[in-house]
Amino acid sequence: MSENTRRRTPLYDCHVAAKGRMVDFAGWDLPVQYEGVKAEHLAVREHVGVFDVSHMGRMELTGADAEAALQRWITNDVSVLAEGEACYSPICYPEGGIVDDGIFYRRGDNDFLIVINGANREKDYKWFCDNIREGEDVTLTHPDAGDKWALLAVQGPKARGVLGRMAGQDLTDVPKNRLVEATLSGIDGCMLACTGYTGEDGFEVFVPADRAVDFWNALFEEGAQDQIMACGLGARDTLRMEMRYPLYGNDIDETTTPIEAGLSWTVKPKKGDFNGRDVLVEQMESKPPRRLVGIEMIDRGVPRSHYKLFSADGSEEIGELTSGGFAPSLGKSIGIGYVPAKPHFAKPGSELKVEIRNKKLSVRVVKTPFYRP
Amino acid sequence: MNIPAELKYTKEHEWIKVDSGTIGITDFAQDQLGDVVFIEYTAEPGEEVEAGQVIATIESVKTVSDIYAPMSGKIVSVNTSLDASPETVNSDPYGEGWLVNIEASDASQFEGLLTADTYKTQVES
Repeated sequence: MSENTRRRTPLYDCHVAAKGRMVDFAGWDLPVQYEGVKAEHLAVREHVGVFDVSHMGRMELTGADAEAALQRWITNDVSVLAEGEACYSPICYPEGGIVDDGIFYRRGDNDFLIVINGANREKDYKWFCDNIREGEDVTLTHPDAGDKWALLAVQGPKARGVLGRMAGQDLTDVPKNRLVEATLSGIDGCMLACTGYTGEDGFEVFVPADRAVDFWNALFEEGAQDQIMACGLGARDTLRMEMRYPLYGNDIDETTTPIEAGLSWTVKPKKGDFNGRDVLVEQMESKPPRRLVGIEMIDRGVPRSHYKLFSADGSEEIGELTSGGFAPSLGKSIGIGYVPAKPHFAKPGSELKVEIRNKKLSVRVVKTPFYRP
Repeated sequence: MNIPAELKYTKEHEWIKVDSGTIGITDFAQDQLGDVVFIEYTAEPGEEVEAGQVIATIESVKTVSDIYAPMSGKIVSVNTSLDASPETVNSDPYGEGWLVNIEASDASQFEGLLTADTYKTQVES
């Protein structure tokens, strides 16, 4: 996509001013890095980092049948959520493959806020609309309407402190997956969601789009004492990879199921019927044909997405990596990929080979997450 | 962007010190690559290489990039100190971050290389 036609978030000028290196990300003009991926990655692990994630789609789902509809659309169970609580969930096709993954917030009895991947805005909206039943009382807003908010991820051990000072209230006790309304540095109408994609403590902050720049400036002013850093897509990817959080389009897609991807904890068959239930229950009860595993290099090299995986003796091609790269917090190279669900391939400690530039190099299957904050 | 006047350059963002045959990547190249994490040499000291042949691969956090022999000749040495500190390519691309040393088979090959001014124009365009 050419530079002129890429969509810009309300923080575009802030990224350019902060010398962000802008790239095309699913049609959006976003910074891949500012200072450097490594420095930004480590800032999040050690202090606090800020990501503009306003490209992510946000939909509002309301109506008397909103909960019932959502229960059919996603694998996780929103009936157990109290007002202001959220859960992560895959959205599945009836065949068990994954449409997308997202965070689902309950704001009222039949009032939900849905956050999905930016690249899947149109696809998810259409999928949900196709899955509304005749006569059902459900209203779903288009993801583009969610652009009334900017969305920023403020992540790291100092995130709670910085945002607490901006809110003028103690955020210490806000539990994971909780959504709270807040006025931040005098900006009304913000929401703080205790969620993230880095493994660190922190919040994703909804800010009225017309006040996004004010919020950005106030955040950097307040965070200066905590060495706050602007972080790009590069660090977002290395941070999530160290946690083995799947990235839609890489590690999960319509050809993979949540069970294969190690997301069984998000699949709740007891709640009743939902898209993909039969296939997922079958895979939970027997064994999925393959599993997403983490690997680290034994030989020297950097494994990357789409590199092929082989058996330990190199004779049998068994799968490929879906993510890979250097892990700054570990100081070594890691990868994620699907292998047949057999102990000698999938069990931690198993040795495999990865093909890097026509050479088969040794890797070891390891427990994940790779990094524990 | 640091582009020393005394060096020669290639379109592939490599620099060549003509009197010694030392080769590395430019400040622009290291900036584009980002944090360098691993250098793999695909040609060894003593090996004869052809101009354009891949002699090393640089892995950064973000991406991977091939390094080409800017001229034909014999590999004299490779910078093995980068095994322990690949980030030197970022911090000192024209000094301690050098990559290989090639003894050119024919000095006339240097004539095809870019001057600092020409390279600067290329980078800025």
